[in-house]
Amino acid sequence: MSPRRRRLPWFAGLVLAALVVAAVFAPYLAPHSPTEGDLIKKSIPPIWMEGGNPEHPLGTDRFGRDVLSRIIWGSRISLVVSLVAIGVAGTLGTLLGLVSGYRGGRTDAVLMRLTDIGLSLPTILIAVVMVAVSEPSFRNVVLVIALLLWPRFARQVRGETLAIKEHDFVALAVVAGRSSAWIIRRHIFPNVVPTLLVISTLQVGYVILLEGTLSFLGVGVPPPNPAWGLMIADGRGFLATAWWMSLFPGLAMLLTVLAVNLMGDWLRDHLDPRLRQVGPQVELLGPAVTQPESTPARGIAAASGEP
Amino acid sequence: MTPPLLVVDDLKTHFFTRRGITRAVDGVSFTLRAGETLALVGESGSGKSVTCLSLVRLVPEPAGRIVGGRVLLDGEDLLGKSPAEMRRVRGKQIAMVLQDPMTSLNPALTIGTQIGEVVRLHQGLRGASLRARALEALRRLRIAAAETRLGQFQHQLSGGMRQRVSSAIAMSCAPRLLIADEPTTSLDVTIQAQYLDLLKEVQQATGVAIILVTHDFGIVAANADRVAVMYAGRIVEIGSTLDVFNAPAHPYTRALLRCLPDIDARGGRLVEIGGQPPDLTRLPPGCPFAPRCSERQPRCETEYPAAVSIDDGHVANCWVAVAAGARPR
Repeated sequence: MSPRRRRLPWFAGLVLAALVVAAVFAPYLAPHSPTEGDLIKKSIPPIWMEGGNPEHPLGTDRFGRDVLSRIIWGSRISLVVSLVAIGVAGTLGTLLGLVSGYRGGRTDAVLMRLTDIGLSLPTILIAVVMVAVSEPSFRNVVLVIALLLWPRFARQVRGETLAIKEHDFVALAVVAGRSSAWIIRRHIFPNVVPTLLVISTLQVGYVILLEGTLSFLGVGVPPPNPAWGLMIADGRGFLATAWWMSLFPGLAMLLTVLAVNLMGDWLRDHLDPRLRQVGPQVELLGPAVTQPESTPARGIAAASGEP
Repeated sequence: MTPPLLVVDDLKTHFFTRRGITRAVDGVSFTLRAGETLALVGESGSGKSVTCLSLVRLVPEPAGRIVGGRVLLDGEDLLGKSPAEMRRVRGKQIAMVLQDPMTSLNPALTIGTQIGEVVRLHQGLRGASLRARALEALRRLRIAAAETRLGQFQHQLSGGMRQRVSSAIAMSCAPRLLIADEPTTSLDVTIQAQYLDLLKEVQQATGVAIILVTHDFGIVAANADRVAVMYAGRIVEIGSTLDVFNAPAHPYTRALLRCLPDIDARGGRLVEIGGQPPDLTRLPPGCPFAPRCSERQPRCETEYPAAVSIDDGHVANCWVAVAAGARPR
């Protein structure tokens, strides 16, 4: 393995660290309230432009709310929505994928057709319909996203399960008298975890974009919550004059998604089971584990077939 | 004489495919006593592995199905058991070692966890006594630095070591029957011999009966008490290892033995058996080996050969042997 691939992507790491810090410490980091604005101070441009105010480094929106503060608080929404939605979708998808792959046959056929249906759901349409029958709320956003996301987990985990199931240790566990549930939990699931980690990470970017899209369309987290998508939507009428209202949250989204995807790629390379074996195998050559073979080897004649 | 531990009677396992019915195992019968080793030999596809899988009812379904026969372990018919009952029998009475040590251990769990779980399942031990038991199991298979091994993963072990660890797991709950399906195929020759010696040692200590699947006659000669030669899903000759090697009655067995390189005959070309193994979906009415047999008689092509006793416990299915004067059983 080239050393280049193993190196932690520092840029992505930095961006993600900043995102997490911003989300966790939003109340302490944000200079202003994300929802309360001062209409007198509306549409102030960023600090380096004419008319900029040092109190609002990235300017204010049309209600006089501080853009920087809203972005900081917005990171919280993006992060929490992705974590919860991926948690829900991941659990459901993994469970169905494991059962589908392990049981095979009719169970597999039914579950995989469900997955196919899930994968072909038109994202935006479903979201709009969901909102039409219920109010936009944090919970509904998470539910919509989870509904659209679980088939990705199910499909991948099922494929992985099919491969793992063929390993002898699964057959041996059956011979040892284990139940299917036990084998899935103890033998298959631990071997799926690396894959799960990778798809989860790769989905974060997708979820953040999806959440942004939903908010942009007004069917996501309801205003006045500082969701990035909402901010972009808010500012889109003023792109020619007050572009900062939309640009900065858009930039935040871009950087986050980029960072998450880079991290996911790195994780995938890192957790690839074929590459995973390289490290510890080398250590075996050390003196600590030389194996004294205690049984003397017999002559070749004895093994070659004369009775 | 003590009753046999395992009786396999007219076992038939067929695979139902689009091309037709593949008779992978077609009427296999044998017995096995405690502490005895029976070798199953034959070409690839002769039904050795499917026979083993049938014994523990692990035939890949839904294509494969056991369509007939009985498998008696201690007089109890395994084929009639419910899945739950079968589960109880499997771990306690029957254990298995498979061909590929690369995939017989779970890469995500430590060796200690994997042994521990089997021991805990069948003996209900916990804590220190569980650990002691796991160590004992490893040491019995002469695994050096057993304590360190408990915390290691399979990728930190060599192939021979892995095979010994899987055997340790298999033997850890003192099974009465061990099915070893080509356990040494992926090991190199010196490790093979060591491993088999070790297995024999464990057998002497525990009295476990072993079914050893192999296509290596060297292994048969050195390890098996009796040998069953399989061809096209049937046992064509069975007898004590000595008898079968000294006086092979079936032309197929003779041909197999001729294929072995002879250390004294230098420079000659190795003998081979001409032709292909038969298509198991379209078996001829007669002896399936007849098309490749050098001693073929007219009767061979039309009628499956009767079993004839060559010697005490030495049985072959061959018309040539009948013609040579062996008495029908």
